[in-house]
Amino acid sequence: MKLIANDLAVDRGGRLIFRGLSFTLASGEGLLLTGPNGAGKTTLLRTIAGFLRAAEGEIRLEGADAEHALAEQCHYVGHLNGIKASQTVAENLSFWAAYLGAIGGGGMGSLPLDEALERLSLKSLRDIPAGYLSAGQKRRLGLARLLVAARPIWLLDEPTVSLDAASQAVLAAMVRDHIEAGGLAIAATHLPLGLDFARELTLGRGGRATP
Amino acid sequence: MSPFLALVRRDLALAFREGGAVGTTLGFYLMVVTMLPLGLGPDLNLLSRIAPGVLWVALLLAALLSLDRIFLNDYEEGALEVMALGPMPLELVAAAKSLAHWISTGIPLALITPALGLLLNLDIDAYGVLVLTMLAGTPAISFIGAIGGALTLGLRRGGLLLSLLVLPLYVPTLIFGISSVNAVLMGPGGFAASFLILCALSLASLVLAPIAAAAAIRMQLQ
Amino acid sequence: MKAMASIAPVYQLANPTRFMALAARIVPWLAGLTVVLFAIGLYMAFFIAPPDYQQGETVRIMYIHVPAAWLAMMCYGVIAISSFGYLVFRHPMADVSAKAAAPIGAVFTALALITGSLWGKPMWGTYWVWDARLTSVLILFFLYLGLMALRNGVEDETLAGKLTAVMALVGTVILPIIKFSVDWWNTLHQPASVMRIGGPTIHPSILWPLLVMALAFTLLFVVLHLKAMGNEVLRRRVVALRMRAVQRAANLEPQGPAREAAE
Repeated sequence: MKLIANDLAVDRGGRLIFRGLSFTLASGEGLLLTGPNGAGKTTLLRTIAGFLRAAEGEIRLEGADAEHALAEQCHYVGHLNGIKASQTVAENLSFWAAYLGAIGGGGMGSLPLDEALERLSLKSLRDIPAGYLSAGQKRRLGLARLLVAARPIWLLDEPTVSLDAASQAVLAAMVRDHIEAGGLAIAATHLPLGLDFARELTLGRGGRATP
Repeated sequence: MSPFLALVRRDLALAFREGGAVGTTLGFYLMVVTMLPLGLGPDLNLLSRIAPGVLWVALLLAALLSLDRIFLNDYEEGALEVMALGPMPLELVAAAKSLAHWISTGIPLALITPALGLLLNLDIDAYGVLVLTMLAGTPAISFIGAIGGALTLGLRRGGLLLSLLVLPLYVPTLIFGISSVNAVLMGPGGFAASFLILCALSLASLVLAPIAAAAAIRMQLQ
Repeated sequence: MKAMASIAPVYQLANPTRFMALAARIVPWLAGLTVVLFAIGLYMAFFIAPPDYQQGETVRIMYIHVPAAWLAMMCYGVIAISSFGYLVFRHPMADVSAKAAAPIGAVFTALALITGSLWGKPMWGTYWVWDARLTSVLILFFLYLGLMALRNGVEDETLAGKLTAVMALVGTVILPIIKFSVDWWNTLHQPASVMRIGGPTIHPSILWPLLVMALAFTLLFVVLHLKAMGNEVLRRRVVALRMRAVQRAANLEPQGPAREAAE
């Protein structure tokens, strides 16, 4: 499987965010997006996820399950967690598992609910309404979604926000496992993550990109 | 479980749990119906005559207040974004959420109507047909309302704007709802025609409204 | 070549600069023609058309009321077509057209309502009667208000344009149903509408003034629409210039780690 972005240009509200952006990412590769605020990291991730339309260029997926559109094969983690405060941790997660289902094969399977909770140290909070959770716990619950519904492509926008060092390590391991199982991951961050990605793409101001 | 059913079930669970959303809507319905005799005077003949219309209008207003529940919370919490990447098109997401809104709002409002009919000295013949028309007409209210809900996401004071946008669109539902009740109460015949048109309105909105709502959500997520 | 020539004006219109140039050239002529037509139409309406044998002189309100009501509907048609054009072809000028037409349509609708109500006073003895036509026009007025309020309510202008276009199309689908339902409702409650303009045969002495007035109103709409579109194009240019100024200033500012941390 190969994710190919070719000569991409995106503008928002008449402002050009970037142009001439190209990269190729194959199965088992991770890409780290770096650059200052406003350089277009979020914009690029949201364009890949299909929320935004590219003004020029294209993004395509080669060698993938043709039945599913690119957006369907993505997990997108933004700054919101998509968690219902009145539902318990388990209810929140089992809804996402039932709704999202699993897409993509190979080594990327969906974990059972309890294993996913275990991995993100939420097991003891299983039956607590999510409204009681701290910001970091909510973030972890949001990330648990990635484990219960398999997707080949992970798009992570500042995934470490409100995570402590231990949880960041867990996240790094999650991403590493996903990549080793043949998945793709693109993470945007301006902090050193501890995610030792093979590749880095730096977006600069005014839409210059240096791979 | 199919994603559609999973979503309907979740929205229903939330509607019946989160902050008593359903209870608030029913309470509002009761309040409006109570205020009307206080404004119009206790003349039972007058109340009896206008009861079907009053109940229908009050139901519209109560349903209107609950429309922002369809998408707003999920939009603000980021869940709508995740759903957009899910296995079903946004049109079906909109349809599932509108359906859940109908089950959690339209049906309870219609079912509680006989109790409110007592307050207004509603004609005994009208109870059955009134509930029936409300059950048949409220899907249009939920589905058309979802368009308004989707258009006003992320707006300050979106609720007010939602009413302004959506109420004119409810005119046909209201008219055919009332005229089917009146056909039974007053005249010989005419019920079938009005009632079938009412059902047609609901069915058409079932199919068409999610398309518009999904288009609006896509724009909002950009 | 001939086909090219006939397509060319459309392309020219689609380009804001060309549009502005063309509008600047056409508008004075159209405005002049509008004034002339209004002069002729009003003269015919007030001095040539006969008073009605029942309604007397008040029937002359019709020469304002009916064209205004036509324009109220035509304006919505312009908004519907522009909205469709904007959603399908994403051309900004279509959005400019939809945005410019809404307030004009609302004013024509209000004019139709006010003249209708003034006409109603001598005819029905009251300013407002729940006549089927008046009621549908009133709901049309609400739809216009909704479109304008939605556009005003959304901060991001591009998003506002798109959402308004969706709402306009929803309104387009539902307007005929509203009209149908209001007619149905009206026949249930009051057997025949009082206001009937002579059926299919209208005497030429009434028809001609009406047609001239309708043409005058239509031209007035075209002039106002073109001017409003021009204003909107200019406003957008100002917005674009301001945004460019801000961006240029931002690019000149130092970009250090300190600044990043502050953000």
